[in-house]
Amino acid sequence: MSNLKGKLERLENSEVLSDDLFTRVGTAGLSSEQKNQPSITYWADVWRRFRKNKMALLGLIILTLVVLTIILGPIISGKDYQYMDSSVKKLGPNSQYWFGTDDMGRDLFTRVCVGGRISILIGFCCTFVMFIIGSSLGTIAGLKGGWVDNLIMRVCEFIGNLPYLIIVVILAVVMGRSVFSLVFAMSLTSWVGTTRMVRGQVLQIRQQDFIQAATALGADPKRIILRHLLPNTLGIIMVTITMSVPGFIFGEAFLSYIGLGIRPPQTSWGALASAGQQRLMFYPHELFFPCLMLVITILAFHLIGDGLSDALDPKLRK
Amino acid sequence: MSAQRIIDIKNLTVSFNTYTGTLQAVRGIDLHLKQGEVLAIVGESGCGKTVTAKAVMRLLPTPQAVIGNDSEITFAGKNLLSFTESEMAKIRGKEISMIFQDPMTSLNPTMKIGEQIAESLIIHQNQSRQQANSQALAMLELVKIPNARRRLKQYPFEFSGGMRQRVMIAIALACNPKVLIADEPTTALDVTIQVQIMNLIKDLQQKLNQGIILITHDLGVVASVADRVVVMYAGKIVEEGTVDEIFYQPKHPYTFALLKSIPKLNTNNQEKLYSLAGTPPELINPPLGCPFAARCEFGMKVCRVKYPVIVNFTDSHQGYCWLYHEKADRTGLPVQFLQGVESSAQ
Amino acid sequence: MPNKEVLLQVKNLKKYFKVGRKEILKAVDDVSFDIYRGETLGLVGESGCGKTTCGKTVLGLYDATGGEVLFDGTNIHQLNTREKKEFTKRAQIIFQDPYSSLNQRMTVGDIIGEGIDIHRLYRGQERQDKIYELLDTVGLNPGHIFRFPHEFSGGQRQRIGIARALAVEPDFIVCDEPISALDVSVQAQIVNLLTELQETKGLAYLFIAHDLSMIKYISDRVGVMYLGTLVEFTRSDQLYKKPLHPYTKALLSAIPIPDPIVERRKETIPIEGEIASPINPEPGCRFASRCELAQEICRNKPPLREVADQHLVACHMVR
Repeated sequence: MSNLKGKLERLENSEVLSDDLFTRVGTAGLSSEQKNQPSITYWADVWRRFRKNKMALLGLIILTLVVLTIILGPIISGKDYQYMDSSVKKLGPNSQYWFGTDDMGRDLFTRVCVGGRISILIGFCCTFVMFIIGSSLGTIAGLKGGWVDNLIMRVCEFIGNLPYLIIVVILAVVMGRSVFSLVFAMSLTSWVGTTRMVRGQVLQIRQQDFIQAATALGADPKRIILRHLLPNTLGIIMVTITMSVPGFIFGEAFLSYIGLGIRPPQTSWGALASAGQQRLMFYPHELFFPCLMLVITILAFHLIGDGLSDALDPKLRK
Repeated sequence: MSAQRIIDIKNLTVSFNTYTGTLQAVRGIDLHLKQGEVLAIVGESGCGKTVTAKAVMRLLPTPQAVIGNDSEITFAGKNLLSFTESEMAKIRGKEISMIFQDPMTSLNPTMKIGEQIAESLIIHQNQSRQQANSQALAMLELVKIPNARRRLKQYPFEFSGGMRQRVMIAIALACNPKVLIADEPTTALDVTIQVQIMNLIKDLQQKLNQGIILITHDLGVVASVADRVVVMYAGKIVEEGTVDEIFYQPKHPYTFALLKSIPKLNTNNQEKLYSLAGTPPELINPPLGCPFAARCEFGMKVCRVKYPVIVNFTDSHQGYCWLYHEKADRTGLPVQFLQGVESSAQ
Repeated sequence: MPNKEVLLQVKNLKKYFKVGRKEILKAVDDVSFDIYRGETLGLVGESGCGKTTCGKTVLGLYDATGGEVLFDGTNIHQLNTREKKEFTKRAQIIFQDPYSSLNQRMTVGDIIGEGIDIHRLYRGQERQDKIYELLDTVGLNPGHIFRFPHEFSGGQRQRIGIARALAVEPDFIVCDEPISALDVSVQAQIVNLLTELQETKGLAYLFIAHDLSMIKYISDRVGVMYLGTLVEFTRSDQLYKKPLHPYTKALLSAIPIPDPIVERRKETIPIEGEIASPINPEPGCRFASRCELAQEICRNKPPLREVADQHLVACHMVR
């Protein structure tokens, strides 16, 4: 290592570099600070990833079609869901009655649409109640801690352990069978899981420095909840919501199927399926169509929920 | 000095497919490791140093990571990149071992320490359980864990961070590998523990004569253990040389800035720290020319449009910089840059 | 030289956490020091020594178990809600982790403006102008105001955190390892920014770090912490020239110096073993179990006493 000689390797190709190229420019005019990506909000980013997910998009399209059908269906078919035409009892699907008719001669397509409205309405109502109760109790429990947290969690355990069916049966007896009592009965027990989840989220986020930074800036609890905690839990709450709706729709269907749900003449997918099941051997279409709608709706919600949770996963963010 | 090269990397490129595009993590590097030397790879986070190490171990996630077709990693005369997964499994842990930054997550929490050390001995050296157990005890004693006999029967949670890193070293060295890759082995540890671990690695290396690739961002650690240093920036090697050449005669403006920006214990409080403006470039669309050009105070027009050619300062000291071209403007360059260069460039 | 007017006084501060039925984690145990206006006080120690807890207790982010923190003469742990809010305008904090310290869902402008909004300092256009001014102060581009934290690098995020703290125009900032998560070349940028701000705004810093060379560079005086207690406290040049406590000596010798020749010649003072658990610590000197000089007397807690001009040490063996 004795000969400290700086040897310049000649440029192998004959390309001549002009003198001008060697004028010094320093750091002027060039900055690597700028990130090359355009500014996008968190939700725009989520939507961008969601759109890339083919299955999730398919779910969204199916759901839109289902909703459009149940809203516009009766108008298009021009029939009344309660109107009985004794001349067309128990028809199979045909050009006039697309899904066929039932044993009293009512148009099954119209009934599936109207029943779907009730089913989906119940799904959304229950989810809404669950979300309101669950997220507020969860936030309080996670934020306050101590005995408040203890009390809320014990109540959760108590309610979570009550046999669901017995409550529904008792409520159905006491309050009568109506959409309202169904929503009430199903929401009564459902918020437990949401409370636990939101509490967990709040406990986790509460540890993060930005909450402490807000406290150090003098922010009051209201501001911390509204500006910091909620926006950061919203993603996971949205996934739970989309995943819960099908659960409630299915729950309603189940209760109606065993005769604890909607009372005639109102109807729902569960009630229709229950009626269709009795004549399954001879007129399978009466069971098939309500079930088909039920299944594709639930599938759509699950696809959307999966897509959302992938799109929201911050680990994939880059 | 002329020990043979045990690892020879030629034109290694690694890219990752991400949502926003192809991230070129390592962009064509050549480097080698000789028998019995400590080679330090230094650079900032995201410069590609860990990716390089993982490429040698073939531990990069597939299919996200793509290694270039004409890349070569030669170990003992064979190209590791052409090995099958099962051939590679025979190399890992036996011929080339790796220790990681986080000693908390690299041990299996449900297995006793002794079993974890013995495992690789049983797999790679066909030892009986008894042989392996006694060897495991010897290894724990080698890495200076007190009460080794009792410690063998304990689980990882009963060990502190520094002790776990010792266990990791014991596991890595159990089969007496030819190469040890240490990826930021002391970053998660406190300084007083860091000294213990670095001294241990140094002692063992002298005893067992392995080649060590040490990946770190801590220049103090580099100064204390390395023989040779490779400086990486934005997926490229910018300078390479012996530890003295790099610390006392840095030739690349990035190496120079890196060394100057850390305060020494004798730095005067009143002086401003030398600081580099800006941050390293994004590797999704890396710049055409020298990646450091945008932050280089001596940067010239050519730096932004053409990647510099290699400059051999000595047999062991190379760099990639346009400042050493005969037409370059050398006014105001730090003295270190010109030492040994001026005379011959004329 | 900063004028020696005491801004903050910490007296026998204790912060204990209950971790089990009978187990008490003594994170900060009887620590006293004071900070002058416009000075930087460094607090060093290894992980788990209680330096961060100490910093946060000083700001009232944790309630103190015992002792008091006097800011301009008033005990900040005995303030009512309104007074506490006033206090937050004068004392701020910068965090270690540039990722978790910024709310991902807020724009940079809103993050920086949060203090302004909470204290209703400015409204409308004035607020906007103030945010632009702050962005400029910390070396960010005004165009960044509507961007989100995830679009920035670690160093830039740390600048945003600094701007957020500066927005309320404090006198005192706790810097909780503000550079340890950053790359070397970016660390110098942030340290230079902090020292510049100190010069222009007369800020006092409590600078917490484990990196001794950086602490030495930035601080006027330094306190060395070990397991919740202050073992040595003096001017920073004094500490490096003439460390007295055996732990400080070992710590100083353990820092690897980026100079190969110095490293080859260096003798490190080895300290065996690792830091003990701060849960139910034994009485007496906390360092005794790892200390070469330990004697019978070390079973009693050594007081922090002044052995030379402005040089305080808690060790029985130092004369």
